[in-house]
Amino acid sequence: MLDTLVQGVLLGGLYCLFALGQSLMFGVMRLTNTAQGDFIVLGAFAAIAVLGALAPALPDNLFAPLLAIALLLPVAFAFGYGLQRHVLNGTLGRDPLPSLVVTFGLGVVIQNFLLEVFSADPRSIETHGLNTESVAFGGVAVGVLPLAILAIAIGATAALQWLFGSTRLGRAFRAVSDDKEIAELMGLDARKVYALATAIAFALIALAGVLQAMRTTVSPGDGPLLLLFAFEAVIIGGMGSFWGTLAGALLLGITQQIGFRLDPGWGIWLGHVVFLAVLVLRPQGLFPKTRG
Amino acid sequence: MARLLEAAGLTAFYGDAQALFGIDFGLDAGEVVAIIGANGAGKSTLLKALTGLVPAKAEQIRFKGQAIGGLPPGEIVRRGLALVPEGRRLFASLSVEENLQMGAFARRRGPWNAERLYKLFPILAEKRAAPSTSLSGGQQQMAAIARALMSNPSVLLCDELSLGLAPIIIKEIYDAMPAITGEGMSVVVVEQDVAMARKVSQRLYCLQEGRVSLHGASDRLDAAQISHAYFGV
Repeated sequence: MLDTLVQGVLLGGLYCLFALGQSLMFGVMRLTNTAQGDFIVLGAFAAIAVLGALAPALPDNLFAPLLAIALLLPVAFAFGYGLQRHVLNGTLGRDPLPSLVVTFGLGVVIQNFLLEVFSADPRSIETHGLNTESVAFGGVAVGVLPLAILAIAIGATAALQWLFGSTRLGRAFRAVSDDKEIAELMGLDARKVYALATAIAFALIALAGVLQAMRTTVSPGDGPLLLLFAFEAVIIGGMGSFWGTLAGALLLGITQQIGFRLDPGWGIWLGHVVFLAVLVLRPQGLFPKTRG
Repeated sequence: MARLLEAAGLTAFYGDAQALFGIDFGLDAGEVVAIIGANGAGKSTLLKALTGLVPAKAEQIRFKGQAIGGLPPGEIVRRGLALVPEGRRLFASLSVEENLQMGAFARRRGPWNAERLYKLFPILAEKRAAPSTSLSGGQQQMAAIARALMSNPSVLLCDELSLGLAPIIIKEIYDAMPAITGEGMSVVVVEQDVAMARKVSQRLYCLQEGRVSLHGASDRLDAAQISHAYFGV
């Protein structure tokens, strides 16, 4: 039982990274990025492609995936900024449908692009045994890589919460989220603020993609399932709260692990059941953003 | 001499519905002007057009000699026009202090800063770390005025300061006005309370159905004239 809980928490760490970008974009501009999962997979394949191209020049150790992350994060940041500035800003408004349709379309484009370039074969990033290493805690074997991913997820959540609560940019994020018109009256350019939020979300998406490909395999059709996990984590945790997103992700991870333990076919299904139960019993999520 | 702020033949629309039908309006430096009128007369729309929240044609609004009609709101606040919006509209997830900091985003130089505003409205200093939603209506209005003053405007536009507030609170808020105009700032107040509007202003405009129905020195207009201009009967 303890083992199941621990593995669930570790899985939840990964889901948290899937979900943080979603939580950020929804929190700042009420935009649901339905291509979230596909962008995570795109990030993973971008890393795989970069590592493949640079393979002859790279040392044969863990330095390679770290380099991929270091290279990819600024590119993803710039990509997210440009995407928001030139595409997604045009879809925002009272009606949520345009942004849903556009991001859904982007998802389809990404899936087919990846299928065309990389084929349907699952791929992964070589970790030189890191993904099978483990340490023992009181009789429970804990994977080193999943533990590192959990630590990164907690660190990223804390960093986002700090950014939101204690910085000038975070204040701007909250202000445009509260009242865009008045924020613009103060001299803020909401389109730029939105672009910065998406830029940060895409850096997190790229990070999640690389870690996913290190932990397991990715294939071009994985996106929608990853989106579902991200979405469920955000909804269970409560919209607009990053600690809530982390809690939602951990709960989803634990539930899925319990399901897998009961029957290998039940894991993901049980996750959906808990998600639906939260929607019915507590639609605002477990830890909605509190005001006052 | 050209006026500090001037609207000439100003028209404004919400979609296909016209809200302003050729408003002529002027404000000199150091002046307090009141705008009165019934609900739907176009008072708030006039302020929104002046601050860029409602589109206007460039030449219809001149500020410091330059055409500013239709500029984005952020550009207008950087030139020195600040609005205290109707219904306060503080940022709900920001503290009182953070709301004031947002007001300073335009980064204009001038006499106003958080410390001085806390002296003007001591209750805000006490509640600076509190969420803006925890303030009473009157305190929220003070915070909204302080937020607008943080941009050090040369013209402060106040939309319905007294909306939903108790008379004693309204008096408290208007008592701060001399300290604000004492800095040479020009103020436009939109008011439902005609007596208060006449008391605080030097000149007065009355709007009716999107047009100026009366205009003159606040202490020279008699009650019958105002009543006629206000209700149109």
